[in-house]
Amino acid sequence: MKLKLDQQTVWLVGGVIGFLVISTGIGMWMAARNSNEADQAAIKNLNARIRAWWVMVLVFGLALLTGGTGSVLLFGLTSFLALREFITLTPTKLSDHRSLFWAFFIITPLQYCLVAARWYGLFVVLIPVYAFLFIPIRSVIEGDCDRFLERTAKIQWALMICVYCVSHAPALLSLEIPGYEGQNGKLLFFFVLVVQMSDVLQYVWGKLLGKRRIAPQVSPNKTWAGFIGGIISATLLGTALWWATPFSPWQAAGMSLAITLMGFGGGLVMSAIKRDRGVKDYGNLIVGHGGVMDRIDSICFAAPVFFHLTRFFFT
Amino acid sequence: MIANVAVALARLISGANVRWLGCPPDARQRVYFANHTSNLDTVVLWAALPPEARAQTRPVAARDYWTIGKLRPYLAKRIFNAVLIERKKVTAHDNPVEQMLAALAENCSLIIFPEGGRQSGPALAPFKSGLYHLARKRADVELVPVLIDNLNRILPKGELLPVPLLSSISFGTPIRLEENETRAAFLERARQAIERLRQT
Repeated sequence: MKLKLDQQTVWLVGGVIGFLVISTGIGMWMAARNSNEADQAAIKNLNARIRAWWVMVLVFGLALLTGGTGSVLLFGLTSFLALREFITLTPTKLSDHRSLFWAFFIITPLQYCLVAARWYGLFVVLIPVYAFLFIPIRSVIEGDCDRFLERTAKIQWALMICVYCVSHAPALLSLEIPGYEGQNGKLLFFFVLVVQMSDVLQYVWGKLLGKRRIAPQVSPNKTWAGFIGGIISATLLGTALWWATPFSPWQAAGMSLAITLMGFGGGLVMSAIKRDRGVKDYGNLIVGHGGVMDRIDSICFAAPVFFHLTRFFFT
Repeated sequence: MIANVAVALARLISGANVRWLGCPPDARQRVYFANHTSNLDTVVLWAALPPEARAQTRPVAARDYWTIGKLRPYLAKRIFNAVLIERKKVTAHDNPVEQMLAALAENCSLIIFPEGGRQSGPALAPFKSGLYHLARKRADVELVPVLIDNLNRILPKGELLPVPLLSSISFGTPIRLEENETRAAFLERARQAIERLRQT
């Protein structure tokens, strides 16, 4: 998978770095100006988040620079870490050990090999069909019937969310869009940028204006102002980036709206699982953000929808 | 060098979240006593200690397990500097408590698993009496309860290949032998000290 590094890519990357520089400046200014105890904690968290963003942007940028292979590896590793966090939170039994080993070391790498090999036909059915049938067979050999359906369902769900859904993001690189050959790196960049900026903007609007909670039982931090402001501003951002995509401005707006709404839904669903298990974050790998799963929950839900919308209408 | 690799590998596989809840992470002389569910317990607990404490902390391990083959004796002797004890035929000459006391006399800290073997589930088995004897003879040494959580899911008893989940290691508040406390009461209290870390 060869990706061209063109003028538009430079603009995209430059824009993100510029945005990070400004955010870092604002963060430092807020930390220096504010002496209120309660606000200090929030500002500290904000600055930790911004620092983590630098690292994430750097890693993602380097992966894109290497062309397809680096991106597939990066998303593969992300899936692996997310699956690790997810299964840790999910009570399985010792008799699931061998099935879990398959999930981590055979099925996950295989899914990403299929992405790299651009084998679409098998890529879309490996986990929903073959893993779906194989995992319970591997489990039943252990002869433990206790909560069997529940345990099997949990492993399958973990694979779907953490591996199958996420793998649709690097799979964007393999789409053959007429007139856009060799430029799919920008499409992946566009997708990740809109999803993540939607999260960031929801957070910002929520902190600035948020009062009424949108789903108090599920996620205490999500407010109506955050939701509406975040979705609209992220959609506008996506629309403004239409020149880097194969879409017209109106199409880019529609795509961005779909991505941000799915991302919001993903954030809520993954929060519900955390609440049910009585934890705040999936892990502690990314300082300020929590675990890998906390950062990619919106990608999980948005990636397959964006992938198929693009594939259906533009290839 | 190999010790550092072992530490890095242990941390990578276990993804351990280390929590010092009841005592600071320093190098004072201690007996760390922990629950035991996985072959990884020793190395993961050992890797969780700060480097200066690690250098003088010796895991107490079963001789029947760690003298088999080539790799295990090498690890036990060269990397962990383990105190290898007899589990089955304890005699006056071959007494685990004497060996542990000898190691403590050299200012070493110890890691012990008082259940006397790996358990298949997360429930703690009754403790062997070694911990009591150490508490009685060396009242000056801190006895630190340690809960190792989730390693039994990463590498359960009887499995060869690990699954890379995240685990946690919690260090609790040191306990000591109270005056007139019976052996059974002390051992049960020590067991409860580990069990309680589950709730925090």
